[in-house]
Amino acid sequence: MASKKFTNVYIKDNFAIVGPLERDGLLKNYDFSMDDYYYGEKTFEQAEIKMQKVVMDNLLLHNKLTDSKIDLLVGGDLLNQICISNYNAAKYRIPYLGVYSACASFIEGLIVSSTFIESKQAKTVVNITSSHNLNAERQFRYPVEYGAIKKHTTTFTTTGACATLLTNEVTNIKIESATIGKALDMGLNDANNMGAIMAPAAAETLVTHLNEMKRNTSYYDLILTGDLGKVGKELFLEVLRQSHNIELKKYIDAGCEIYTNNQETYAGASGPVALPLVLFDKILGCKKYKKILVIATGSLQSVQLANQKLGIPGIAHAISLEVS
Amino acid sequence: MNKDEYKKLVKKHTPREDKLHNTIYAFLIGGFVGFIVEGIIQMLMNMFDLTRVVASTWTCLIVIFSASLFTALGFFDNWMTKAKAGLLLPTTGFAHSVQSSALDYKKEGLITGLGSNFFKLAGSVILYGILSSFILVLLKVIIHG
Repeated sequence: MASKKFTNVYIKDNFAIVGPLERDGLLKNYDFSMDDYYYGEKTFEQAEIKMQKVVMDNLLLHNKLTDSKIDLLVGGDLLNQICISNYNAAKYRIPYLGVYSACASFIEGLIVSSTFIESKQAKTVVNITSSHNLNAERQFRYPVEYGAIKKHTTTFTTTGACATLLTNEVTNIKIESATIGKALDMGLNDANNMGAIMAPAAAETLVTHLNEMKRNTSYYDLILTGDLGKVGKELFLEVLRQSHNIELKKYIDAGCEIYTNNQETYAGASGPVALPLVLFDKILGCKKYKKILVIATGSLQSVQLANQKLGIPGIAHAISLEVS
Repeated sequence: MNKDEYKKLVKKHTPREDKLHNTIYAFLIGGFVGFIVEGIIQMLMNMFDLTRVVASTWTCLIVIFSASLFTALGFFDNWMTKAKAGLLLPTTGFAHSVQSSALDYKKEGLITGLGSNFFKLAGSVILYGILSSFILVLLKVIIHG
């Protein structure tokens, strides 16, 4: 079974920081914003470490927690060797696990954290994730100042960081169940069309979740996918329609909810932080939805292997939230 | 849905790039750059009484310097994104690619960062530029003797 049920895992608090473009976009309820991409540091990588530290420090301060009171820190980001989360983790004395599922890292982290809490191996866990547009450009694409020409299918890596506190104490947001996705290679190797790579994985995870939990889509008030973007969103709906005969009605893609149409972001937002930003800002903030299925999607690409013309695997992990 | 069926679906849902529009746009911008460059050549020839060959060499240096300076000042990438191949293909694109790589890696050390990544984008241009000129010269020698 890819799906797991949880009975005593709750989200207690969350802190988020956003970059300058995200601040000027559709998001409204974040905690901090940056005026520039350096954030007072010498390099973009160091700026991203600082972003993680700021949200983590504020989360600990707000909940009156010290390092010794946290049983586990789970972190993930986009950069090689998940270096941002690793370097941030070194600033604390907390047992640390690093996770990587590209843009699905946040939900992978929540699943790992929830499993520890459910099995009573941990009581308080912090889950952290971040991405930085210019760091992703540098690593996966072209030098920052190059201003490379982009295709319409390209997604725009979101700048931001998010720290979430999970606990076994009852709060109004319960993590009810989760489905671990399977990596899926559909033979596509265009790293400029990640939505197409991730859409079949998202559809497979959704169908697996519904089958294993014996539910149908109407059980949920909202299905929220991670960062499929404009192209991937259409493909996701089309795959569900053609292969599984499912018509989604109450559906939002986080990638389409961060930037305005006037901001030149091509097919929409991506990055591991895109999903939690929209989830905590718009979805949980509006208190309209009681049962939410969150499906984070990741394109597990490597620059070297994409150049060797191998298909890029996509992955999608799902988590079901109940808001009271 | 198998891989081939999915690839067809992806193709159907992928927005098409407007190649005709892009080509005309690049032609006009590239042509405009050429127009300015020709103006500089004429100006140098008239002002300093230079031959066309010498004036062209100086103009080339001026264009490379300007593109590098504009990249360093931080606005040439915005021009590039808008002007596309019109600014990418002339010498301006070459200078800009070298300069943007240099800026990207300057904090990672002069040898391990800047030095080893300086020609990250321009390396292919240099290699295949030299290779193709070698082949063309070889052909010229074979055909014309």
